[in-house]
Amino acid sequence: MTLIRISSPHAHGATSTGSVMRQVLLATLPGVAVLTYFFGFGTLVNVLWACLVGVACETLAVFLRGHSPGFYLKDYSVLVTSVLLGIALPPYAPWWLISIGVAAAVLMAKHLYGGLGYNPFNPAMVGYVVLLISFPMQMTAWAPPRGLEEVPGLWQALQACFLPASYDAVTMATPLDILRQNDSLLLEDLWQQTAQFGRWAGIGWEWANLAFLAGGAWLLYRRIFTWHAPLAMLGALTLMAALFHDGGSSASGGSPLFHLLSGATMFGAFFIITDPVSSAVSVRGRLVFGALIGVLVYLIRVWGNYPDAVAFAVLIANFAAPFIDHYTQPRSYGHRKSGGQP
Amino acid sequence: MRRVYGFHGGIHPAENKFQSLRSPIRSAGVPPQLVLPLSQHIGAPSRPLVQAGERVLKGQMIAEASGYVSVPLHAPSSGTVAAIEERPIPHPSGLTAPCIVIDCDGRDEWIEHQGVADFRDCEATELLELIRSAGIAGMGGAGFPAAVKLAGKPGASISTLIINGTECEPYITADDILMQERATGILEGIAILRHILRPEEVLLGVEDNKPAAIAALEAAAAGTDVQVVTFPTKYPSGGEKQLIEILTGKQVPSGGLPADIGIVCQNVGTALAVADAVLRGQPLISRITTVTGEAVAEPQNFEVLLGTPMQHLLDLAGFQPERCERLVMGGPMMGFTLASPQVPVVKTSNCLLAPSVSELPAPPPAQSCIRCGLCAQACPASLLPQQLFWFAQGKEFDKLEQHNLFDCIECGACSWVCPSHIPLVQYYRASKAEILLARRDHERAEQARLRFEARQARIAREEEERDAKRAARKQAAEKRAQMAAAEGGEDPIQAAIERAKAKKAAQQAAGEADTPTPAAAPLDALRQKLAKSEQRLAQGREAGEDAKIITALEASVARLRGKLAEAEADAAGATESETRG
Repeated sequence: MTLIRISSPHAHGATSTGSVMRQVLLATLPGVAVLTYFFGFGTLVNVLWACLVGVACETLAVFLRGHSPGFYLKDYSVLVTSVLLGIALPPYAPWWLISIGVAAAVLMAKHLYGGLGYNPFNPAMVGYVVLLISFPMQMTAWAPPRGLEEVPGLWQALQACFLPASYDAVTMATPLDILRQNDSLLLEDLWQQTAQFGRWAGIGWEWANLAFLAGGAWLLYRRIFTWHAPLAMLGALTLMAALFHDGGSSASGGSPLFHLLSGATMFGAFFIITDPVSSAVSVRGRLVFGALIGVLVYLIRVWGNYPDAVAFAVLIANFAAPFIDHYTQPRSYGHRKSGGQP
Repeated sequence: MRRVYGFHGGIHPAENKFQSLRSPIRSAGVPPQLVLPLSQHIGAPSRPLVQAGERVLKGQMIAEASGYVSVPLHAPSSGTVAAIEERPIPHPSGLTAPCIVIDCDGRDEWIEHQGVADFRDCEATELLELIRSAGIAGMGGAGFPAAVKLAGKPGASISTLIINGTECEPYITADDILMQERATGILEGIAILRHILRPEEVLLGVEDNKPAAIAALEAAAAGTDVQVVTFPTKYPSGGEKQLIEILTGKQVPSGGLPADIGIVCQNVGTALAVADAVLRGQPLISRITTVTGEAVAEPQNFEVLLGTPMQHLLDLAGFQPERCERLVMGGPMMGFTLASPQVPVVKTSNCLLAPSVSELPAPPPAQSCIRCGLCAQACPASLLPQQLFWFAQGKEFDKLEQHNLFDCIECGACSWVCPSHIPLVQYYRASKAEILLARRDHERAEQARLRFEARQARIAREEEERDAKRAARKQAAEKRAQMAAAEGGEDPIQAAIERAKAKKAAQQAAGEADTPTPAAAPLDALRQKLAKSEQRLAQGREAGEDAKIITALEASVARLRGKLAEAEADAAGATESETRG
């Protein structure tokens, strides 16, 4: 009888990285469904094409690094990156735009740094920012929501993606844009005069945010991540919006509810900043990390020059993560202070 | 009811305790041979008091403690000492260690023994000596000498005595069944411990998944002020530090001992062993061991004589070797794998786990760490296992120490929850060993440096002294020479030089004559080697060993013969040429 010799523990829990990633993918479904309902099939086509390119890039990178692609594809991480980037991109983006973004995310932000677990920056957000800086025209054109214009069908969406030259895109400013550019109207008047605003925020946007919130709540329930970073981000954003609401004057940055349900707030809070690889590690660290992102999102949205702020805010916070880790080490058992002192 | 506290982290693995609790404790009997490692505890190994061929009685001391942190060893049954030799022992290294081997005569004849009449009349030091000479080491798993722990630091007073009946590891039920069946004995032991320590309170901690044990203990403790405290089941609440936090809300300072905060912790099995030693004069020669896992037909608890081969227990429990690919001593969280089922049961063997392949499958290949933080949520020491892993990979020892690597209790909770199946604990063990090694190297280098500097200084000083002496001698000699010249005699310096030259020449002549032929030494070595391997071959044939081994031995004998012949020819040639030259 030959006995194997391995060190303890010999028992193992049932979780696996693949299943964590699959649950994240599942949790994006409500958000994708709402985006598709309000803005047409563009998002879905984005996501599917991004996934194809993502898997191809991952296979290539893993192969070039001399590993077996099968083992690495099983962790589903490349699909998460691709789906998140596909959701973040404007619907009806051309195929090459999506491809460049995914390639930047997978090849540059992930594999050049050593692959899964070694990337200091959130790959999907790196892909997004590369596109935003390189192709601002394409990246700031967002489709109008259902109710204001006719929503394109699946065929049109495919045409927009793969034959962009033959597709007449209809675009409209997003509510965040409108609010940022407003300097003459009271919020109340702006709301009445602009068709894009809905009950609490933009038409479509508010429901998409609520759907991502629901997906995020399910992930919290499944204990895929803890509440610390998302709640800190939403809390900080709410606080900033409340501080600078200015009673709804023409100089107002928008109400807290407007900010919570606009743009990529909920998507960012539950799907982007919860990426564990590039965030701070400890509980206190994640509170600081989330709050920092919340503050940055508000600053960039209201006083910055970009349509939405989550991507930049996340990348800046990624930079800060090791620094935050250094100062937020938890107090270990039997120690009076945190950070290595007994 | 007494308030209980929580501790950070922890996990809820499948308990798998019911399998081995279906039948009462069964005696494993007296096996034909017992193998007793001299080191079954933390501290210095014991020193043998018997020799091969000597007859020993059950309970006779066969090895004595060899230091303060050490315990003696007793014969678990009567018989003859067959040998004192290296044998495989149950240790993570899988190495051999010195053991006393006893061939049992089956009579199980006790040495004369008796307990004290009333322990309440004894001084604490007397009782500690009894406990120490009974060979009692912590029965919970670590095996720290019980008397050392009870003696504590001089002057430190103990406010709380904690008796650990938690047994939080999955599968193990040795303490559980002991508490169910021998609660009275445990309480007797506790009474002795409290007489020694005189604590303000005695807490007996049990996880709430052992209702039968709790009922038995509560019945036995009725009328005493021993409090049976139950708390929710969570691994690793039986860790000493965790149990202390659960029961008192206090934390043992990092690098310190429970005694530093006025607490002493002992296992229920240790308490019973203390009662046996003091009240009945019986040293520690047996223990309860759980034999469980899907690869045994009848999982159960045995009362086993120390030194019984694991194989003996497996046979009694209906072992199915074809279903099993690893044997674990201890539980699935902190136990270690055994190299062979021939190793003996020792004082710390609380469980022998023989899982089937599907029950505890081999771990899949590790994936990348995604820093998900599940490990940090599970860590009972509030460490950041993901960061420790990162630093361990990079061998960043400073960072590891700064992140309190040495507060890791190696409970395995982090590895258990890791979705990427990374063997985290293994990284921590390796890093701890490397850091300790580096510290020792540093100390040695420091010592070597000091020694070197001292030597340099000494040499310089001696040189100076010699120079001074030489100068003085020279002066004196010159003075004498002048005086001799003045008197017209022979120059004494010249005479001394002549004498020294003559002596050296004589030495050289003698040395040359004695030098042996250079070829003779290797020739002798070869002849010895050949004789040895011929002897081995003869033994092998006699014992009817495997054909393959015989062939290999024959080949080696032939090879050695060839070599020897060659060497002899060379040597003859060399002598010849020397003679001719």
